Amino acid sequence: MSHQHPFAITLDVGTSLANRTGTWRTTKPVYGDHLPPCNAQCPAGENIQGWLFHAESGDYRAAWDVLMRDNPLPAVMGRACYHTCEGACNRGKLDEAVSIHAVERFLGDLAIREGWRVAADAPPSGKKVLVVGAGPSGLSAAYHLARLGHAVTLADAGPKAGGMMRFGIPKYRLPRDVLDAEIQRIVDLGVELKLNAKIDDIPAAMKDGGYDACFAAIGAHLAKKVDIPAVSAGRILDAVSVLRSMESGEEPPKLGRRVVVYGGGNTAIDVARTAKRLGAEEALIVYRRTREMMPAHDFEVEEALEEGVAVHWLRTIKRLDDGEMVVEKMALDEKGWPQPTGEVETIGADTLILALGQDVDVSVVTQIPGVTVNKDHTVAVGPDLMTGYPGLFCGGDMVPSERTVTVAVGHGKKAARCIDAYLKGESYAAPPKAAVAVHDRLNTWYYSDAPASVQPTLDLLRRQSSFDEVKGGLDESNALFEARRCLSCGNCFECDNCFGVCPDNAVIKLGPGNRFKFNYDFCKGCGLCAAECPCGAIDMVPEDL
Amino acid sequence: MSKPIDNQTVKFYQTGTLTVGNRLLDPEQRTVQASAERTNAITCGHRACQGCGEALGARYALDAAMRATDGQLICVNATGCLEVFTTPYPETSWQVSWLHSLFGNAAAVASGVAAAQRVKKRPQVRVIAQGGDGGTTDIGFGCLSGMFERNDDVLYICYDNEGYMNTGVQRSSATPGGARTATTPAVGEAPGNVFGTGKNVPLIAMAHNIPYVATASVADLHDLEAKATKAMSIRGARYLHVMVPCPLGWGSAAHDTIKLARLAMESGFFPLFEAEHGVVTSSRAIRRKVPVIEYLKPQKRFAHLFKPDNPHGSEALARLQAQADENCRRFNLLRDEGAV
Repeated sequence: MSHQHPFAITLDVGTSLANRTGTWRTTKPVYGDHLPPCNAQCPAGENIQGWLFHAESGDYRAAWDVLMRDNPLPAVMGRACYHTCEGACNRGKLDEAVSIHAVERFLGDLAIREGWRVAADAPPSGKKVLVVGAGPSGLSAAYHLARLGHAVTLADAGPKAGGMMRFGIPKYRLPRDVLDAEIQRIVDLGVELKLNAKIDDIPAAMKDGGYDACFAAIGAHLAKKVDIPAVSAGRILDAVSVLRSMESGEEPPKLGRRVVVYGGGNTAIDVARTAKRLGAEEALIVYRRTREMMPAHDFEVEEALEEGVAVHWLRTIKRLDDGEMVVEKMALDEKGWPQPTGEVETIGADTLILALGQDVDVSVVTQIPGVTVNKDHTVAVGPDLMTGYPGLFCGGDMVPSERTVTVAVGHGKKAARCIDAYLKGESYAAPPKAAVAVHDRLNTWYYSDAPASVQPTLDLLRRQSSFDEVKGGLDESNALFEARRCLSCGNCFECDNCFGVCPDNAVIKLGPGNRFKFNYDFCKGCGLCAAECPCGAIDMVPEDL
Repeated sequence: MSKPIDNQTVKFYQTGTLTVGNRLLDPEQRTVQASAERTNAITCGHRACQGCGEALGARYALDAAMRATDGQLICVNATGCLEVFTTPYPETSWQVSWLHSLFGNAAAVASGVAAAQRVKKRPQVRVIAQGGDGGTTDIGFGCLSGMFERNDDVLYICYDNEGYMNTGVQRSSATPGGARTATTPAVGEAPGNVFGTGKNVPLIAMAHNIPYVATASVADLHDLEAKATKAMSIRGARYLHVMVPCPLGWGSAAHDTIKLARLAMESGFFPLFEAEHGVVTSSRAIRRKVPVIEYLKPQKRFAHLFKPDNPHGSEALARLQAQADENCRRFNLLRDEGAV
């Protein structure tokens, strides 16, 4: 040693960095991205947490771009989707679920206002795909195929694109300018839209047009019937036709003063609320089972009741006479099924509208070799949505599934990916899904209390007399607030907790957007970072010893 | 109608202001610990146990003090865990000017260092003395009281883990009633540490009428940093008492250190408050009240109190709950401050 040490000191002062305490460790922390329950739930496969992350910082364009990777119809979806994501939202266990649909709608509306566009992600592939049916499923497939670089022709039998979004969902839930704008954006991507173009022979159309694959999503438009003896058959209508006639520009249907709707699904609610708006003094829903058993969504039943729609549960319709209708009371048996009681009552009714569900018009596919039609008049498809006819894929309401706009949009995306793989001579394999970030993973102490923002609702008088949209949108400050209620389940949002709580300074901060990494030379494996991570983005993994 | 958010007292962010940092906040509103430029007063490689609360508490307090004094800081350390685990000869983990003398004289040495700065006309150089509860409430208590009484320009920080942990978990005057330690075993009729004795040094410090006394916890970083920063803005004798759970001495899981500190805070068992010149000026309201047993149960040092055949168990638990209730009353911890 070259210099003098103080008395009784023989060694130079050294730093404790020489002491690699990482060797103490038996478990090590690992960062991961877990699947937020909202994402896991979304039938359209949206990365909800991912787009909320950008919305939280006010970067709405980036949020919208992430959203558009999975769903080409955010403004429609923010209105028409039944947002099962919110039922899965972990925040629901804390105070109230994040109002995901309201933020989605805000982003969708903003994109329309600002004229945001997307471009294809891949160069032209030289492949041609025919999409039959311009409903949510067909539009979604066309959009995703176009972004994948394929030339898409989208053919629809109707006079306008949109399918059930236009001819099934009433205006007061989905204004048509919103729908038109989002459809136009898909067309602007280079999708060739052919209207009034019913295709009866798909294999011939594929051959004649030189298409390499076809996605058919023609929906389910045939109203189910039930035999009800009636004096005058003209008084019985079906819900699909009533809702369709609202859009076709004809004179709205004359429904009379007292309208009875038979059924318990969302379509029954839609048509009863439409009847009310058309001036019916009484709009009455008759349903065979109880309110709890109604397939209609609860909030829609609530809104209908608010608007003065009445519901008679546990009733079946026996017969329709002139101006009145005979119904039989039902009672639940011990298994919970409704059984007739023999007791009847009479209800005044000018028109009966049947809303008993819809079937697929399978005539277009029955002749195609290899295509199998199921007993319930749906089309059999494989996990890749392909039918037995090579290159023909089907989705939406015509395949066995839950019949919602969101499921249909998801089918469109899935079909596009499978068709893309098919065109390359491959088969599509979905990337493995991360484990769901369940509520138990979270450390909710760190989240501030914040109840959900409330969307404005149109006043009742206007709801009963006009087709103006019932639910208003959030303004920017409310949408931002709502986005910031997201817990970011399972995905690091750079709160610095791990960096702060490590007693060993063994977390390295990589700067904005780059998250953190562990310094395993010094991490002792105490697990404080994982325990204090609000969103459960850290796992403690046993070391190989 | 939509809910207006403009009139919120706390501007809402995803995790409010409870996390260490927040990408949505302005950098100056984030904690010192959120900054990659923090001093890291104790660097890596120190030999504290896994999940050590004291290593964390000391870094939190000193990094905040370093920022508050622009790095013009000298630390005097009492003997104890903090000294032992950071400075095994010839290594040091300290990245601040640091001095160790004896177990009981940290306050007196710090008084001397402060006097030296005065003589050298370096008013910008500030002095912190620090130690564990043993070096503060027991062994160094005379020197501490003297430093207070002379109003020397020193901030004394006690990192309270409620016992002599480094030497094998012996009882100190800060050990709570009912706790099992090596010197207060819970065997047969012995109930663990006795009730009704010990010292509450924050209250004793207040009795000296010094300019500033505060308690803090590793479970509330924002509060701790604010108090350390405020302490450095004041001249004269100041005292900061920080609760730092000890996985070894408390028999708790290493990953539960902050959770236990939080439960102590939220049960009212360890109240956070500030006092100036002997008068309590503020306290931290409980956010989500929990019964004391939630705090006690994860700790093996209290496990005997939960055994059904323990004749002292229920009485001891009731006394510990009564202490928390008394804290809630005395420091007004149960007021409603609106949603946070």
